[in-house]
Amino acid sequence: MSERIRVNEEMRALLARTTRGRAGFEDLVVVPVFAVIVALILGALTMLATNVDLATIGKSYVALLHGSVGSLNALSETLTAAAPLVLAGLGLALGFRTGLFNIGAEGQLLMGGMAAVMVGFSLPELPAVILLPLCLLAGAAMGAFYAAIAGYLRAATGAHEVISTIMLNLTSYRILDYMLRQPWVQKEGRADPISKSVPEAAELPRLLEWLDPNLRVHAGLFLMLIATAFVYWLLFRTKVGFEFRASGENPDAARYAGMRSKLIIVLAMATAGAFAGLAGANQVLGVLGRATPGFSAGIGFDAIAVALLGRSHPVGVLFAGLLFGALEAGGRQMQVDAGVSIDLIGIIQALIIVFIAAPLLVRAIFPWGFRRSRDKAGGQP
Amino acid sequence: MDVELRGITKRFGPVTANADVDLTIRGGEVLGLLGENGAGKSTLMNVLCGLYRPDAGHILIDGREMSFAGPGDSIAAGIGMVHQHFMLVPVFTVAENVVLGVEPTGRLDHLDLATARAQVREINDRYGLQVDPDAVIEDLPVGLQQRVEILKVLFRSADLLILDEPTAVLTPQEVEDFFAIVKALRDAGKAIVFITHKLHEILAIADRISVLRGGRIVGQGDPAVVTEADLAEMMVGRPVSFTVDKAPATPGAAILEVADLVVLRENDEIAVDHLSLSVRSGEIVGIAGVQGNGQTALVQAITGLARPAHGAVRFEGRDITHASVRARHAMGMAHIPEDRHRSGMIANFTIAENMVLNSYYDPAYASGLQVDWDRVNLAAARFCVDFDVRTPSVFLPAGALSGGNQQKMVVARELERETKLVIAAQPTRGLDIGSIEYIHDRLVGARDEGDGVLIVSSELDEIMGLADRILVMFKGRIVAEVDNREGRADRNAIGLAMAGAAA
Repeated sequence: MSERIRVNEEMRALLARTTRGRAGFEDLVVVPVFAVIVALILGALTMLATNVDLATIGKSYVALLHGSVGSLNALSETLTAAAPLVLAGLGLALGFRTGLFNIGAEGQLLMGGMAAVMVGFSLPELPAVILLPLCLLAGAAMGAFYAAIAGYLRAATGAHEVISTIMLNLTSYRILDYMLRQPWVQKEGRADPISKSVPEAAELPRLLEWLDPNLRVHAGLFLMLIATAFVYWLLFRTKVGFEFRASGENPDAARYAGMRSKLIIVLAMATAGAFAGLAGANQVLGVLGRATPGFSAGIGFDAIAVALLGRSHPVGVLFAGLLFGALEAGGRQMQVDAGVSIDLIGIIQALIIVFIAAPLLVRAIFPWGFRRSRDKAGGQP
Repeated sequence: MDVELRGITKRFGPVTANADVDLTIRGGEVLGLLGENGAGKSTLMNVLCGLYRPDAGHILIDGREMSFAGPGDSIAAGIGMVHQHFMLVPVFTVAENVVLGVEPTGRLDHLDLATARAQVREINDRYGLQVDPDAVIEDLPVGLQQRVEILKVLFRSADLLILDEPTAVLTPQEVEDFFAIVKALRDAGKAIVFITHKLHEILAIADRISVLRGGRIVGQGDPAVVTEADLAEMMVGRPVSFTVDKAPATPGAAILEVADLVVLRENDEIAVDHLSLSVRSGEIVGIAGVQGNGQTALVQAITGLARPAHGAVRFEGRDITHASVRARHAMGMAHIPEDRHRSGMIANFTIAENMVLNSYYDPAYASGLQVDWDRVNLAAARFCVDFDVRTPSVFLPAGALSGGNQQKMVVARELERETKLVIAAQPTRGLDIGSIEYIHDRLVGARDEGDGVLIVSSELDEIMGLADRILVMFKGRIVAEVDNREGRADRNAIGLAMAGAAA
């Protein structure tokens, strides 16, 4: 710039960073923490109501803790379960930020995983350095394409993405079933719908196999961390991220500012789908090794909860995904140790969401956790 | 009924909205309550209506102290408020709307609409309101809808009527009819509080005037004695000039030409009906008209937000009828949208982010895929200083600013660069006088630098004060064009044209 900008005192004051207010801290940290606590308490009450005695309840929560963070194996399981949740959750969070309520992560995940498997077993002679990225790319691209269908329908015809993504979820189950029965996909000598396995070169390498062959944590862990950083960069540092956020906050103002709303909708859906597809690829390449009917196991739906719990912020999604991964891993331990149904974990997850969605409820239960709320009338003169 | 407010104080957190306010309202009298936005008028009236509880002070009705736990209590005490924004069910009839919530019922609790209609008709006749009880609200013009709101209040046997900015939606002729109704109510012994920020209106209707500033009563006035200048000075706290200081216009070549334009609403109704106009460089063209006569659609077609069904828009001779919003922005068209909350800014975004809402992609702020936020923040700070946006920091959410500062932020974003044409829709709606003066100066400044300026406003005073040429829009057409270079356009003629009377 040839003309130097004069920075006077007044401008310097305007540029002083304001410290993040306590209200923001309460919203982002205190409410979720309390929500988890309340959910655990209500979960215990639920067990009591179903005639589980106190000793077993205690034992089950100890198992929950033990099974999620109590050992190296537990941590490995937590991280393995968290990776796809975070990946799909990041995509959904990006959609939410753009004002798109994408329910279709499940279908995008299935389609992405399927594509990754197909590329994997079709090119067995390629070395890992090429085949693995290629498989991941195929998963992301397929997920992006599948989500873009709903995005296009929304942009071109106004069809609401909630409806179209739910329909596309149902469609994806059938597409998968059909594909798994094709002779070039189905595993040789099997009558049931199950795909060929991916070659070792396409697998996400296990990270701690040298310590103990049972440790399942794999390179998807890095995928999860890189994706978190990438989504943060995309949303808060790039032009297209600014457009996403502006369209989500106030579509009218975005349109008035000359942003191309239709293009943004398609682009945001495709990006969200790419991350769901990547989550699918992460599952087939890191855990399952092949595709089976319904291999998504509801991850795409749990990821919605993860994105909401994480307040649609990439870092929040990372922590929320880790928490849900821990609940999943711990829940299995709970079932083994205390004989409590794994469904209880579902109840606790649901309760967490209820309390996150109703911060006023949490504030009412824990008044001492929060600054005194403002005047009820609230309205400024 | 006489109502007395004594020492009313109301705080919201650290903000004191009303401080020790004394106010007397007498039956058979119109009290004009004058004050800028944010002066505490609405808070005071909400206290009187029982919506807010005062932190200190008393409300006395006919000498008896009252305590209102909610709006129900104040209605029972005979206080009724006519809100600025109507609260009517569009598909119900007048009578149904009036009785809503206090319906007369017969045996077995069935709705007795015949009685309701008779009662409504009776009140209607007594005060000369001339509203058909069987008319459906959505078919009525705004002026009549307002009378339905008054009917509602009278039906609940109010003796004190609070009228909150009642003339904002009316044409000058409708205002005269409305004043006749207010006088009839006063002569029938009702007490009336007339809230406004329009000085000539308050002088025309009020029997007594109280002025609020910063939550306090800063002056009383007798309309027979005080002048508009006195009142304005009380309201703002310093002398105010009413005329916009501007040199005579020196119009150049046409910058914007609109030819035979037709724009449809979403329901395929015609919003803009074969309209043509032109704006030359160095002149301010004002479009006067009552809201809802196609101004919004016209502005959207000019700025690229709506596709015209017919006709052309030309910018410096080039056809831009189908150019994108961004392309028009790049040509030097600035657009101050009519509703800053809905379309002019993003309340949850920082001031800095809002300042680059339509220029973030510019090489000055972006390189490659990334936005350089350091450069954005620096520029935003400069715009805040240059355009008098008063904020402690550019990182504050725009929603935290006052209305005047929000609008100055929007004006800064649109005018900080080289522009050739400025489209300003309702540029000062709901702002304080200081901000209005500032924005007017900026618009005149843009003109003096050779920009063409098109102002759309439903405030006739604003158009009369700013425009060099006035076009009156009615039902999608320009029905009158008036030269206003000496600022001596005939107010009455424009008012008639706004109501569709002139050919």
